[in-house]
This record gives sequence, structure tokens and C-alpha cells, in this order.
Amino acid sequence: MALSAKPIKKSPWVFHVNTGACNNCDIEIVDLLTPRFDVERFGIKLVGSPRHADALLVTGVVTAQAAPRLREVYRQTAKPCVVFAIGACACGTGIFHTGYHVVGPVDKIIKEIDPNAIIAYVPGCPPKPEAIISGVVKALSIL
Amino acid sequence: MTSEMQILFWILLFPGFVFTAGLGLFASWLVRKVSALVQYRVGPPVLQPLRDIRKLLSKEVLIPEQANKWVFIGAPLVGLAGVLLLSTLLGVSAFWPREIFVGDIIVAIYLMVLPSLALILGSSASASPHAAVGTAREMKLVMGYELPLVLAFIVVIIKSGGALGLSAIAEHTPVASISGAVAFFVSLLCIHAKIGYVPFDMAEAETELGSGVLMEYSGGLLALWNLTSAMMLVALPMFLVQVFLGGFGTTPAGIATGLLKYVGVLVLIILIKNTNPRVRIDQAMRFFWIWCGLALVAAIALATVGNIYGIGWL
Repeated sequence: MALSAKPIKKSPWVFHVNTGACNNCDIEIVDLLTPRFDVERFGIKLVGSPRHADALLVTGVVTAQAAPRLREVYRQTAKPCVVFAIGACACGTGIFHTGYHVVGPVDKIIKEIDPNAIIAYVPGCPPKPEAIISGVVKALSIL
Repeated sequence: MTSEMQILFWILLFPGFVFTAGLGLFASWLVRKVSALVQYRVGPPVLQPLRDIRKLLSKEVLIPEQANKWVFIGAPLVGLAGVLLLSTLLGVSAFWPREIFVGDIIVAIYLMVLPSLALILGSSASASPHAAVGTAREMKLVMGYELPLVLAFIVVIIKSGGALGLSAIAEHTPVASISGAVAFFVSLLCIHAKIGYVPFDMAEAETELGSGVLMEYSGGLLALWNLTSAMMLVALPMFLVQVFLGGFGTTPAGIATGLLKYVGVLVLIILIKNTNPRVRIDQAMRFFWIWCGLALVAAIALATVGNIYGIGWL
């Protein structure tokens, strides 16, 4: 059964998944919740369980250890949901692309289990909070 | 005389579902907005809680493989039914006093436990280890705050001359005395724990348990839980207004002051929420049983002495 993704636009609840990031992108994501950027204005809320989430904020190259976890988290997320690949590593493995532990990037792993997944990319090392907000808004506006 | 239509009107429209859910969603927006203002943020728009519910209703409902399906699905309905009945009972006894006997303070105490019990049932049926930790904490918390809450209502009953009916109690203002004020502040904290806000949110504890008791709920079932907690934000402060602060009255001026009292209680709850860190469950138990318990035993003694010697302010 295909559910409409439209209602997510007005209240995207996000769950943060770290798949081997250096913590730089994670800090920028936490910045979004601070008074300076305050994404609660748009109804964006950080939730503690993938079951509540409408969007997964994935940071980091997907390491061999993190890949099964990422697949599991994606399966556990209530559909319809959007995946955001945050940062250069998540978008295309970045400077780690020759690393022995890298099996990513994020879109490859997600598409293995769901070819129709909605994936949005926010590049940058790390992306500025403004860039993340702009990416989220652009992605939600075409839903 | 009350017909079936009147009862349906009460339950579905005015003091019941539509009114309580609407006011509750507004109150939960107020909580988020004031919290944002306290933190120098802008905060969400007014319709945000409604949009959240609408979005959750349109999402997929996941039921864990090992969960007890019927308990898992039934628990939110029981919780919602409990709070709906509680708010109807309070509303009818506030706005139609003397017209019909719908229940007294003891019925209200029982109905107030129902959402917490449903939460415990639902989360323990979900077969998730995180939810299990949350369930254990919620159970201890319920045991913790029920004792001082009942003791506080004993003070109220003594102060209002042994009356048990809600409309009769609302004719007195126990808070205008020492024992009544102590009982009011303790029951405010108990109500706070019942709604599950910081500092007593250890059952949900997003940062350590990943939303604990609600962890496995998604989609429409989560929407029911959110609606239940929004309606609790109306029913429980209303109950305090009715029991401690002299209720609403039936004149327009009385209803207006009653609403002001309700907003005052809500603001107190929001301020407590925003100025305290989460406590551990053992600290909460000790706080409720020992400190609140002792304070209320003293309050009951004061109220009894005041009652015997006819001293109103004790």
C-alpha cells in the first residue's frame, strides 16, 4: 500500500543515524536545534526512535560494521520516510572512498533494500546548518 | 432529566472529546511555545500539534513481531477512553452542578490512573527491551505519586467538611489555608509526573531510552498516545482547579476566572518543566514518598486541628 508522503512536509520528525562519521556533521545537526537556527519553527523534531521518524539524517561513510545497522534502521522506520545523506562522506564516501572498511555510500546501501527510497543529498564537509535547512526544505517541497 | 442525546453531547462535544482535544492540542502548543521562548527560540506555529497528529494518522503502523498484538493495539484506546471519561466527568460536574450526579473525587482518582496503566500495559506488550526499562520506571513512578496524591485529596476532603462530590468540593477553596496550599503544591508535582514532563519523564527519557514506553508505537497508535497526553493537559489541571482553587462556577465571570486559574496552573507546570533536569527514578520515589509524604501528613494533622477548633487558615 503506497501512502502519501505529503503530510510529512509540515511536521518532519527526524532520527539521527551515525554510520561512521567523524562527528563533524553530527555537531552541525545538533546546531540545528539550538536557538540560533531553531528548526522547531518548521515542526522539525528530533525523536529517539526510528518508529516515530519521518526522515533519517544519515551521516558518515557507511562502514562494514554500520551497513547492516543502517539497513535495519531503515526497515524499522515507519513508511513513508525520507533519507537525508548529510555531508560529503554520506553522499559519496568523500576522502575515504579507498578505505578498506568503506562499503557505502548511503544511497547504495539503502537502495539495496528499497529501490524506490526517497534520498536527498546535502554535501559539504561539514555542511553548514543553513545548507542542511535549505536541503531539507528543498527536498520536502518536491514531495 | 438527561436523555441519551444529552449524554452523547457531553461525551462527544462539549466537555468531552471535541472540546478537550481542541483545548489540549492548543495547550500542548502552548507548552512547546513557552518552552521555546524560555530557551530564546521562536518555537512551532499554533497548528503544529494538529499537523503532527494528522501526519501520524497518515503513516504506516508497525507492530513488532513478538508483541502481543491485541494488548498493543488496545492499550492506547483504553488510555484515550480513560482520559475522555475523566474530562467529561470534570466538565459536567463543573458546568452542570446539581443537575446530575456523575461521580465523585474517588471516581476521578481511579480514572486518572487509567492512562498510566494503559501505557504500562501497552509498552510491556511491545516486547522491546527499551520499552521494558521504561515500563518498570513508569510502574515505580505511578506507585510513587499515587500515595501523596491520595493524601493530598484527604486534606481537600477534610477542608471541605467531608464532601466527596466534585461540585460540592468546588464550592470551597482549600488552597487559601496552610495545609491546603501544601497539598496543592504536592499534587501539582504529582500531576506533573502523571503527564510525564521533565523532571519526571524518566519513563520516556528520549536521551537514554529512545522514548522508552512509546518506543515501539508508530503511526496512528502513536497519534492516539499524543492525543491522550494532550487531553491529560486539559483534564488534570482542570481537576486541580476544581478541587483546590474553587472551580469554575456557572456565571460567565466565574467561568472566565476558572479559565484564568487553569492557565495559571498550566504556566506553573510549564515553568517547572523548563527549570529542572530529569531526576533518577529512585530520587523521584524518595521525593514523593518521604518528603511529599511527610509534608502531607503534617498538612493532614494541621487540617484536622483546624477543622476541630474551627480555624480556617490552618
